[in-house]
This record gives sequence, structure tokens and C-alpha cells, in this order.
Amino acid sequence: MELIELQNICKTYHLGELEVPVLKGISLSVKQGELVALMGASGSGKSTLMNILGCLDHPTSGRYWLEGREVSGLSADERAFLRNRTIGFVFQNFNLLPRTSALDNVMIPLCYTSEELTDHEARERAVSLLTRVGLAGRFHHEPSQLSGGQQQRVAIARALINMPTMLLADEPTGNLDTHTSAEVMRLFQELNRDDGITILIVTHNPEVARYAGRVIGISDGVLAEGEPLQHAQNSVS
Amino acid sequence: MKTYKTIRTALRALSRNPMRATLTTLGIIIGVASVIVMIEIGKGSATAIQRTILNMGANNLLIHPGTAASGGVSFGAGSVMTLTPKDCEAILRECPAVRHAVPEVQARTQVIYGNQNWVPMQINGTTPAYLDVRGWTPLAMGEMFSDLDVRNASKVCVLGQTVVRELFGGETPVGKEVRINNVSFRVLGVLSPKGANMMGRDQDDIILAPWTTIKYRVTGSPLTDVNQSSAASDTSSAVNTLSKLYPNEKLVLYPEPSAAQAANTPLPVRFTNVDHILASAVSDAEIPLAIQQITRLLRERHRILPNQPDDFNIRDMTEMTRTLASTSLLMTNLLLSVALISLVVGGVGIMNIMLVSVTERTREIGLRMAVGGRGRDILIHFLVEAIALCLAGGAVGILVGCTGSYLVTIILGWPTETSLPAIVLSVIVSASVGIIFGFYPAWKASRLDPIEALRYE
Repeated sequence: MELIELQNICKTYHLGELEVPVLKGISLSVKQGELVALMGASGSGKSTLMNILGCLDHPTSGRYWLEGREVSGLSADERAFLRNRTIGFVFQNFNLLPRTSALDNVMIPLCYTSEELTDHEARERAVSLLTRVGLAGRFHHEPSQLSGGQQQRVAIARALINMPTMLLADEPTGNLDTHTSAEVMRLFQELNRDDGITILIVTHNPEVARYAGRVIGISDGVLAEGEPLQHAQNSVS
Repeated sequence: MKTYKTIRTALRALSRNPMRATLTTLGIIIGVASVIVMIEIGKGSATAIQRTILNMGANNLLIHPGTAASGGVSFGAGSVMTLTPKDCEAILRECPAVRHAVPEVQARTQVIYGNQNWVPMQINGTTPAYLDVRGWTPLAMGEMFSDLDVRNASKVCVLGQTVVRELFGGETPVGKEVRINNVSFRVLGVLSPKGANMMGRDQDDIILAPWTTIKYRVTGSPLTDVNQSSAASDTSSAVNTLSKLYPNEKLVLYPEPSAAQAANTPLPVRFTNVDHILASAVSDAEIPLAIQQITRLLRERHRILPNQPDDFNIRDMTEMTRTLASTSLLMTNLLLSVALISLVVGGVGIMNIMLVSVTERTREIGLRMAVGGRGRDILIHFLVEAIALCLAGGAVGILVGCTGSYLVTIILGWPTETSLPAIVLSVIVSASVGIIFGFYPAWKASRLDPIEALRYE
């Protein structure tokens, strides 16, 4: 099943009189359960594409189906709802709330969920997710007391709290050393394999892209799709 | 349910930075506390000032008898004798807006003690309630005569400070006998000093005695007198006769009218008349009502037909009442402006900190939007933070303010008055300050673009 279907997506920014086309007609489809790396140099438009995929922004033209539903024309509130239920975000700089425990950080998206969860259920879910990402016993640590890798794991747990169908990771290893990066990427692979979560990773690092089942290159606002990097798959398994 | 969650999130966010929250609320705390202290001190002083003005007789009503006219010649106010002690009692009994009413019988004659003599400005025959009407309690010395003394026409009196000074020098007057128009009076007490009134007249130059005694024994106006104007010349040069030392018997001059006659004709001049009736309204606001009630009552009692003019005049202390009203208005406005200023300052403080907070937490806002927070949720979130700060500040401010005004009373001895409206007002104002001044930063936060907010450094 096609989870994501992009058809001729264009995005143009207006800087005063100047029109800056960033995405120039991108068509793309991602199946349920894929682990895709979106690669490109900085300025290639990958972040813009990511924002559109994450329903943070809408395209200037073109159509976008998410789970078979046209979403390019949704209102801001509808997109917020979609982000809350369908998409999990992982950021380069983690974006955890300071002076807030790991547990509370993980539970932030639940504030905006209409689903009725008791405090107890919410807590249990957060505890099991933190355990899942390997942070059992660090529930009450604040971000400043956690290492970069641990912080990113908290962020991943937070992205998973509403059981999204897709994870969007924007340079998830950008602030991490090689060793920790590998750990985080392996975690992504596990989540993809065991839970069938579709994961899109935006990166400019080929090392990271090796973990992906499929690499989509983007350069200058157009796609340059490449083959899955087989040897990375082998090195992990 | 979602709103409830947002509120809880906002409160948690506040508790993440307790120091800043405390400092932010400080503005509101000081604002509300100063409002409460100011209002309570102000109310206390206003009450004290009003009480002082009331003591000057601002709520007093003076009821004069009407004007006699004969052949087009008017004899001026008070030239007929239409007021009776019974009128006075009826006013007290039947006019709810009147607190006290006392009759006044005045005399002006010589007072003698030992080898000293003096003519007081006022020799007032009245009842014990006179002191309450004038706000002249307590006495400096001794005691007031009683209602029993009034009924018995006892020869007792109470002296004003000036009279005491003139007659007694350094002696204690209580228990001594003075002679007023050759009638011996025992001094029961001495009034406290009151000084001059607004017109500069010495109010201490006074002798108070039961009105019955003054009327029947001192002015000695015989009950056969019909018209005061003819009696006036009589009293001034009257030779004291022994018969005047005792109340005369009531004479029936006219045949009793039938009930129908009585209802249809104005009563003839009453023989037991008093010069004035002095009444005091329940409060200065009730003065017009009191005048209305007295007018209706007296017209009815005097059987005045609807198209006939009143046979009495009621005067109030308009000038003093106006002073009273303008004083309290001035106080209220002064306090209101001070209250507004301090609360606005507190509110601006809140807005300032909330704006800083929104800028500082731009990434947090971006994240909250990315994980599904709508603009409305963010707006409520920051609004709740601001209102919570203001309400907490208001609550602490009320405590501080009440404690403060209590301390002011205890340490400085200023009069304060606990004011429930002040407390309610400051709570309402602090909440609305929170909404008004919290709205702009919250609105700003809710309008952020999540993409840019997430990138914000």
C-alpha cells in the first residue's frame, strides 16, 4: 500500500519581488513499512520536502496523498490533528523541554490528543516506550542529565507515543558522534522491522543513508532516486 | 478535556521556572496589595472624616414653625407657634429615616453663680437625646439629665465650657447651683469642648436643661400667651413672679371641636409649643427622605389641607452635606486612580515577562505545534500561564494587603476598614489584567510558524 504519494509537488518562496523555486515538481511514493533515506546537500530542498511531508507546510502546487487521503489542501487545525495522530517527528537538536523529566517529555503530544487516556494509561505507555528505546531507569532524568544519544532516544519515544504510522527524522544523527549515531540508526531499523513503522530520514550523511532500505536523492529541487545500498544492510545484519 | 489538559500543561510549564514565575507575580502582588492597603486606609480615613463632618451636624434637620402674617405684614420665620413636643415624639416614632428628634426651647437671660454673672448665647431646653443629635457625647464631666428630669421639669442643667469658664473660673461646677433668671439649677455635668461652628459662633457658650423647665420656669411664657411676638416683649422685661416657678395648669381656652370640625380646620395655635425641633437623619444620604417623611407627617398632624402652605419649615445643612459628598467623591477618585496605576504597572510587567517567555520558548512552541498543538491550544496555554500568574499574584496580594493594612492600624494607628469590595475588585482586576496583558504574547505565540519556530536559535 502506498503510504505517501507525491504528485508534481512544487514549492516557491517569495523573498520580496524575488521568486525562489525550492522544489520543482517532485513525484514520489513511499510504501507502508519502508525505511527511506532522503539525501541531498544543504540547499537542495530536502528540508522543505520534509516539512511538506510532515504536514508542517503546504506545497505551492501539486498534490499529496497521505494514507490515501489528499492532504495538501487541509486547514492548519486539520494538519495539526494529522501531525498528532499519524506522524512522529525526530529533530536534529532533539527539542526536548528543559527542566522536564524524560517521562513528561515523552507525554507532551498526549496533551493535544483528543483520545481519552487516564493519567495512569498515559504514564504506562510512556514507560513502555522509554523501556523500548533502552532508557529503563532513566524516567525521571532531565535532558541536561542525559547524553546526546539518550536525549535522541527520548525524542524517538516521544515521536512514538501516539502510535504514528510514519516517523520523520530530520538529521537525527546530526548532533551525535559516530558510535551513538550507529546506535540510533539501529534503533530506527528495529522499529521499522519489528513494528512496521514507515520511517523517513533526511540526511546529508551517506553513512546514515546506508541503514535505509531505499535512498532518494534530491538535488536542486528535483529527485534523483538511487538503489538501496546493499552493503550497509549487510553490515547491520 | 483537551482544554483541561492544556491548562494542566500550562501550570506545569510555569512550575518549571518557579523563580521567574515568582518575580513576574511580584508586580501583581505589589499592585493588588497596595490597592487593598490604599482602599482600606482611604476608606478608614473617609469614614473618619465623614464622622467628623457628621459631628458638626451635617445630617441635622432644623424644623422651624411657620410664618405668621397679619394684614399682609409677615412676622418672619418662627413667628407662629405650631410645633409641639408631641410633633417631636411623632417624628421620632413614625419617620424611619429619622434617627433622633429633640425639641428645643430657647431662652436668653442672665445666669448667676456666686458673684459672677454671664449671659450665655444659648440656653436650650431640650431632652437628653440632644447630645446624640449634635454628636456631642461623651460629656467632659458629670452626666446628662434624664428623661425623668424632663417629665418632672427638674431644675437641673448641663453647662458648656465657655459658661463654666466665665462663671466658675477654676472651680468644679458639678453639684453646684446656678441661677438662671432667678431659678436655681443644679449643675449635673459639663459638655465637652466643641469650639466655634462654621459661622464662627461659639458653640460652647450654652446651657442645656430639660425643655419643660426652661419653658415653664425660665422663659415663663404663660400658657395664656397666644402669639410669640406679643410674648417676646413680655419675656424680655418680665418680672419674675413666684407663680412662674411652677408649671401652670393647662387652661382650656376654646370649646373642644367635634371630630369633623377638627378634621376640616387647621388646629388653632397649640399652647405647649416648642421653638424648634432638631432632628437627625439616619445618614446623610437619607436627608431628603427624612424631610419628605417629616413634611408628610407634620402636614397630617397639623391638619393642613392639600392646597394650603406648610405651617413649618425644614432646613438641612446643604452646605455641609455637599462638603461631605464631595469629600467622599474625592477620596474615591483618588484611590481609584492610584489603584489603576499600580495595577496597570503590574499588568505591563506580566506582559513583558510573557513576551520574553514566548521568545525564549519559541522552540518549545514549535515543538508543541509539530506534535499536534493547534494555534488555539498554544493561545490557551500561554493565556492560562498569564492568568494563573495574575490570580496567584492576586491571592498573595490580598494576603499581603490585608496584613499590611492590619499592621498600619496597629503600628501607625491609622484608621482602616476592611473592604470586601476592594478584595473582590482586585481579584477581578488581576484576572482581567492577566487576560488583557497575557493575550498579546499568547496571540503572538499562537501565530508562530512551526517550521521557523523549530529552527529558532
